[in-house]
Amino acid sequence: MAGHVHKYGDHVDTDVIIPARYLNTSDNAELAAHCMEDLDAEFITRVRPGDVIVAGVNFGCGSSREHAPIAIKECGVSCVIAKSFARIFYRNALNIGLPIVECAPLVDETEAGDEVEVDLAAGRARNLTKGTEYSFPPLVGPAAELVAAGGLVALVKARLPAG
Amino acid sequence: MPGMTLTEKLLAHAAGRDGVRPGDFVTAKLSCVLANDMTAPIAIREFRKMGAERVFDRTKIALVADHSTPNKDILSATQTKTMRDFAREQDILHYYETEAGIEHILLPDKGIVLPGDCVIGADSHTCTYGALTAFSTGVGSSDCAAAMATGECWFRVPETLRFVFNGELQPWVGGKDLILFTIGQIGVDGALYRAMEFGGSAIHALEMAGRFTMCNMAIEAGGKNGVMPFDEKTKAYVDARATREYTVFEPDADADYAHVYEWNAGAIEPQVSAPFLPSNARGVSELKDVAIDQAVVGACTNGRIEDLRVAAGILKGRKVAKGVRCIIIPGTHDIHLRATREGLVETFLEAGAMVSTPTCGPCLGGHMGVLAAGERAVATTNRNFVGRMGHPESEVYLASPAVAAASAVCGRICSPEEL
Repeated sequence: MAGHVHKYGDHVDTDVIIPARYLNTSDNAELAAHCMEDLDAEFITRVRPGDVIVAGVNFGCGSSREHAPIAIKECGVSCVIAKSFARIFYRNALNIGLPIVECAPLVDETEAGDEVEVDLAAGRARNLTKGTEYSFPPLVGPAAELVAAGGLVALVKARLPAG
Repeated sequence: MPGMTLTEKLLAHAAGRDGVRPGDFVTAKLSCVLANDMTAPIAIREFRKMGAERVFDRTKIALVADHSTPNKDILSATQTKTMRDFAREQDILHYYETEAGIEHILLPDKGIVLPGDCVIGADSHTCTYGALTAFSTGVGSSDCAAAMATGECWFRVPETLRFVFNGELQPWVGGKDLILFTIGQIGVDGALYRAMEFGGSAIHALEMAGRFTMCNMAIEAGGKNGVMPFDEKTKAYVDARATREYTVFEPDADADYAHVYEWNAGAIEPQVSAPFLPSNARGVSELKDVAIDQAVVGACTNGRIEDLRVAAGILKGRKVAKGVRCIIIPGTHDIHLRATREGLVETFLEAGAMVSTPTCGPCLGGHMGVLAAGERAVATTNRNFVGRMGHPESEVYLASPAVAAASAVCGRICSPEEL
């Protein structure tokens, strides 16, 4: 996957990713239409399929609302790369199949608009604009199983007794 | 094996293991799975997608209408109906919509969560129940759906940070001030992926209400959970409510902590967290010239009867400042009734405050007190992020019920000492 970078700072909370005033719906497209609205009102007009969000520490802190990673995924973002993630957002992203990567050096050396390519399986990311390359550790344990299964719905579906 | 922290013991118990260490992956049996009117609709959708037909145990699921209640618009009413229909279809024992209230005040008060339990909820403030010496943590709707189907959830056993508060609390200082102080010291990601275990004489001196407040905001430091020691106050609270057996755990003396913080609670003045992070905590005396448009007492953080008594004690015989909207939100129907019988509601109304039915409402900018651009509130809620209570150009200052009520009277942030 590859796309252009939208860059943000530390502690991007789920209230700015999808403000609660829009949580009176569970419609994915409706949620996506307001993605990042209170942090960057122009984001939704700039974002293109495949784009990458790059941010600082504690991305997705605050509310447990799964609406946040849903909104990000639904508006076409292919991956979120941050220095660290809040734990509920981290689980939610893995569960719904939104790729996320922790890679601090890339965050420090990447600017808005750069083109970034991510190979999750290989644990490698490249900033094509700057010609830099980074590696990140693979997922382990249940998180790796989740991604391999294609998300939590698929995982549970396979484990539940049929009918 | 070396000693275990409280959280390690609770997770080992839930996973049916003799012991666990930080970094272990465990599958825990859940005592309760929670969702609300905002998170349940997605959980129900995912539950169906998983091919699940029945919940794992109709007595171990709690569905609570609280975020938009009473339903604020047609879309919210439709979301609540989705949850209500599911609760009826599955014959969910703990479905609460009327005679209900805010989930994290309601569940402990109804005796649904008990010491030793392992609980997940599709709401980040599910960590509140750690005050009962239980393991509880917030998850998203998909994890909630999987748990409703299977009764299980996987966890990575977190490292534990221990917070010891000794000394005698100053007047007007309580659980809210201690947790705002803590977050101010360690930052909003200071406990990321970690458990927060509290202890010390000042913690044992707190009533249960203050302990719930502290565990409620563990997530505001990035914590996986917060947990309080079990003592005679916990026992009195639980025994008045429990209808089943519970298990009491305590940390081992040789437990291995990632870090131990020790603070003199007697040196801490009432705390206020300035926008736009809960970690912007400072003494109330540093912020006392900040004018306010609104004061809110309520939320899962501070909507308990003890909180209302403190606010009423300050508002009694006084008036809310001209131009300030003071909104009081009892946490549950039972608390509302009790506050009415104790005369607190009359005190609030005589002071010029508004009293709302139980709801999360303004805390998340939903309804019942949303802010316009440029407006500023002091609130007993738990988050002051950009746009949290309304317009992205509004501001929220987090404080205790005492400081919020005193500020309502002064028309600016102030300490009750100033009145």
